[in-house]
Amino acid sequence: MLTLIGVLIVVVGFLARFNPLLVVTVAAIATGLLGGLSPEHVVAAFGRAFNDNRYVSVVFLVLPVIGLLERGGLLERGRMLIAGIGAATSGRLLLLYLALRQLSAALGLTSLGGQAQMVRPLIAPMAEAAAESRLGPLPDKLKFLIRAHAAGADNVGAFFGEDIFIAFGSILLIKGFLQQNGIEVQPLQLSVWAIPTALLAFAIHGTRLFLLDRRLTREIGAKVDAGAKIEAGE
Amino acid sequence: MIKLEAVYGLAGGLFAVFAILSAMDRANPKRWGNSLFWGLFATSFLFGSRLSDLANGILVLAMVAIAGLGGLGLGRPVTTSADERAANARRLGNKLFLPALTIPAVTLFGALVLKTIRIGGVFLIDPKQATVISLGLGALAAGALSAVLLRPPPLAAFQEGRRLIDTVGWAAVLPQMLAALGAVFALAGVGGAVGGLVSHAIPMDSRLAVVCAYTFGMALFTMIMGNGFAAFPVMTAGIGLPLIVKKFGGDPAIMASIGMLSGFCGTLMTPMAANFNIVPAALLDLPDRYAVIKAQVPTALILLLANTLLMYFLVFRF
Repeated sequence: MLTLIGVLIVVVGFLARFNPLLVVTVAAIATGLLGGLSPEHVVAAFGRAFNDNRYVSVVFLVLPVIGLLERGGLLERGRMLIAGIGAATSGRLLLLYLALRQLSAALGLTSLGGQAQMVRPLIAPMAEAAAESRLGPLPDKLKFLIRAHAAGADNVGAFFGEDIFIAFGSILLIKGFLQQNGIEVQPLQLSVWAIPTALLAFAIHGTRLFLLDRRLTREIGAKVDAGAKIEAGE
Repeated sequence: MIKLEAVYGLAGGLFAVFAILSAMDRANPKRWGNSLFWGLFATSFLFGSRLSDLANGILVLAMVAIAGLGGLGLGRPVTTSADERAANARRLGNKLFLPALTIPAVTLFGALVLKTIRIGGVFLIDPKQATVISLGLGALAAGALSAVLLRPPPLAAFQEGRRLIDTVGWAAVLPQMLAALGAVFALAGVGGAVGGLVSHAIPMDSRLAVVCAYTFGMALFTMIMGNGFAAFPVMTAGIGLPLIVKKFGGDPAIMASIGMLSGFCGTLMTPMAANFNIVPAALLDLPDRYAVIKAQVPTALILLLANTLLMYFLVFRF
């Protein structure tokens, strides 16, 4: 039971917004020591797993290209493109991205999206531009909201699409685990039963993206009204 | 055969350049902190496979010390002005999108096609690591294309990359740190302790209670561990198999599939899934590091409820 103190440290540390690297390190050391490992053993286990997981950080290799393209006006070009499409709104654009992300992930094409590769250079600036060309300049608060939703659409689309693809890691993990416990299931059965949740995820998140447009309109409208009242001397 | 180690070499080289350029950036009062931090990360990529586990651990502790003591600043490399960017965007038009789209296109091509190519019986790229290696190839191809298209000054790509990695800052190593925490949790038996807690705390005498315990337990445990893969074996061995399948006769495929997706709802709500939730907030310059999570929580909670109902109505019927 004492080993759960590590979990507690993580929860409290993250909520109190301490530097997450410090929180994670303290939690790891506390958990390891309480679990009966020597300090040296904890540090070694920590270093080994850090080293084994370097592949997560390979994605930063795209940053020079993304930065170079931003330097060359990629974000501005995205804005011009979106401003030329009258029907484009933040919500509709993100809805379209959600649908494409979910469909391509369901076919095993998860590498078609991604936060560093797609959201930062293309999706987030275009979603922002769509709102700006419809509503005029946005306050920072709403810009940040749209960007956060751009990242969210990428995650929701990927998570609830990839599980339909029969060769995805989680399906293989489930199959292997059930097999160890004497139950045979076919990957296809598992992916079929992921479809209802995938459809619901699209319906729920899609509705929220639709409502995002209305919220943006309302907040900008309220701001314009307040401005007009101030000008009218009320 | 191109192996993962080659891509690590590439990443190590890139971070080494970031470290050198950071040291030369007099506009950043904390330039030595940045330089040391990215230099250590470069060392991990370049030599991590040859260092002992303990040495790797000490390297990580040194990085934590720099970031934790506020040693990281923001590099401010010279870049183009808004007017120059707009003029460039008008001049080049939609051609600007080509390099950006090259990254996913090459990654996909590599993961689907290059993976299967053999020359003289040897695979061209390591099939087990095809996606990560192809991502590295995609970055190289896109870099070459943008150099031809934009004709930037020689160091511009690295300076722009440094501008972006500095905005990500400490969050860049958080996903790896959390994976390391997961490994220590596993060694110390945290999974078993949480599983025991969940399965003893809840009355397990009705179908609905059991299904709720399983789906909500998957989400909660995933939030703690940062991914559904760590939560699934523990929760399924503790609740799913003995109660839903054996006691109440539920269908194992439906239980497992919807159970895993309930875990994914947890992934949307936790900072422990840093590469999905925290790194993007940094990449998008959001002042609130939990902004992405906040945007996702309503979807995650409604979907978790929907999953629970789906499982309740489907799992005992097939």
